[in-house]
Amino acid sequence: MSNAAPLSLRAGVLSLLIFVIFALAWHLGTRGGPSGPAMDPEYAKLMGATATQGKSAMPGPLEVGAKLVEHLRHPFYDRGPNDKGLGVQLAFSMLRVAAGYGLAVLVAIPLGFLIGMSPLMNKALDPFIQVMKPVSPLAWMPLALYTIKDSGLSAIFVIFICSLWPMLVNTAFGVSGVRKEWLNVARTLEVGPWRRAFTVILPAAAPTIFTGMRISIGIAWLVIVAAEMLVGGTGIGYFVWNEWNNLSITNVIIAILLIGLVGMLLDQLLARAARAVTFPE
Amino acid sequence: MSNRFIAIEGIARRFPSRGGEPVTIFENLSLSIARGEFVCIIGHSGCGKSTVLNVLAGLDQPDAGFVFIDEKQITGPGLDRAVIFQSHALLPWKTALGNVAYAVSSRWPSLPRAEVLERAQRAIDLVGLHGAEMKRPAELSGGMRQRVGIARALSIEPKILLMDEPFSALDALTRGALQDEVRRICRDTGQTLFMITHDVDEAMYLADKIVLMTNGPGAMIAEIVENPLPQDRKRDEIHRHPDYYPLRNHLIDFLVTRSVTFKNEIPVGYDRSKPPVVRPVAKQPALA
Ligand SMILES: Nc1ncnc2c1ncn2[C@@H]1O[C@H](COP(=O)(O)OP(=O)(O)OP(=O)(O)O)[C@@H](O)[C@H]1O
Ligand SMILES: [Mg+2]
Repeated sequence: MSNAAPLSLRAGVLSLLIFVIFALAWHLGTRGGPSGPAMDPEYAKLMGATATQGKSAMPGPLEVGAKLVEHLRHPFYDRGPNDKGLGVQLAFSMLRVAAGYGLAVLVAIPLGFLIGMSPLMNKALDPFIQVMKPVSPLAWMPLALYTIKDSGLSAIFVIFICSLWPMLVNTAFGVSGVRKEWLNVARTLEVGPWRRAFTVILPAAAPTIFTGMRISIGIAWLVIVAAEMLVGGTGIGYFVWNEWNNLSITNVIIAILLIGLVGMLLDQLLARAARAVTFPE
Repeated sequence: MSNRFIAIEGIARRFPSRGGEPVTIFENLSLSIARGEFVCIIGHSGCGKSTVLNVLAGLDQPDAGFVFIDEKQITGPGLDRAVIFQSHALLPWKTALGNVAYAVSSRWPSLPRAEVLERAQRAIDLVGLHGAEMKRPAELSGGMRQRVGIARALSIEPKILLMDEPFSALDALTRGALQDEVRRICRDTGQTLFMITHDVDEAMYLADKIVLMTNGPGAMIAEIVENPLPQDRKRDEIHRHPDYYPLRNHLIDFLVTRSVTFKNEIPVGYDRSKPPVVRPVAKQPALA
């Protein structure tokens, strides 16, 4: 134990050092930046106002930092469709993920339960799952747009589809792998099927189910950015695309940073939940 | 009182083997147990003792034959029979108390929670685990886990206790205490006990009848040994009883040689459906 604290302390110092070196290199590399190459006025007009104000060059860390502080001061403003606070955009993305992911939980866990309980269903549905699982969720987008005819709902559907498979597969695997002796305990106690499902199978399979949920939330957060780039309107993915069109690399970098932070947060949340239901054997 | 409270009639159990031909663990096996009787079964590892117990518990279906309890054929597991598993089979996400409480609330579904916990706690105390009730199985020693399993079985007050080597992981002192406890419960409540053991002394101290099972595959019940020792036997005195060594020698003799050779030299008149009952006692000294 006496070694653990110094190790994490040393690791922390090293992390900080790496960050400082990275920021310094970044700063030095972009120092000459602001005065970009002279621009063809025709091209400048085409690209819009922001592009002509020297923002096309790679921003330095100080610039990004300053912009970040500015964003953090007013995260939730809303000035029309193309100018919303970062907090608002992130909230849109998270709501879509929550809706699609939540729906997937509602479908995958009961369905996975049934599949896991029945070797017949397990075998019968396996080919479908194996074929559907590797399909990029974005490939569903045209189909979703065509049938649902609403871009917002289509994005939610894509999140639903991509979250579904890992949870389905893991739930079925966890349920089918419940130890026979635990089921036998329930049988000798004449525990009914519902009570058995909730008091024996669910707790026994919970660690595996949560692993699936953790994989799913990671994928969902990866996919939402791409999906929002396609459907547009709102969300952090749309924000990135919009700022790219505005040639505001500063905002793109800030968005990348925030996407990473939120993704880590979601992952940690589920990791903590998984730890809570894990039991030592 | 019926002496066929539990009646095993000609059961067989076969398991598929890799070669194709299924292996017959035992066939045409019959045994009856009277109400309130304490029966131990001994035999070498792998002969099929746990398989017989699982069939009795209703967890395993025989490939032939029937099992009747109180005149009714059993079709599956039931709360009238409690099982103490060889592998203790505790639910690892529940505490010791939680495991016992789960059994109690299954047995009496309408019992208020407080009373469920109270009964569970009493069972935990009975097996000497007071203070460890909030520990999970992973935090308990092997012997403590087995005791939780015993507490769980006792807590539901079953008519029949089926025990698969319940004391094998315990130290001598705890084992003795629990043997006394089980013997007392059995005599006070009139419970019927079926117990698998490898320990000849344990069988002699606890059992009214000791079933001798030959080696598998194709295991048979060679005979049923009636315990000649007095009902009120004391653990530290039985070895002075004149019948102690005849009984012990008979059992050891079986385990060492006859469990293997029985199959090849089946005695005349041996009937699988009614294994012979023997009663090893000291030979009366010839009058001088
Ligand atoms: N599910 C199974 N599939 C195949 N063979 C099995 C199965 N269960 C048990 N057996 C075989 O049946 C035989 C009897 O097993 P059983 O567990 O009843 O033995 P046992 O007498 O209880 O032994 P021990 O004293 O070691 O517990 C063994 O040879 C075992 O290999
Ligand atoms: Mg066994």
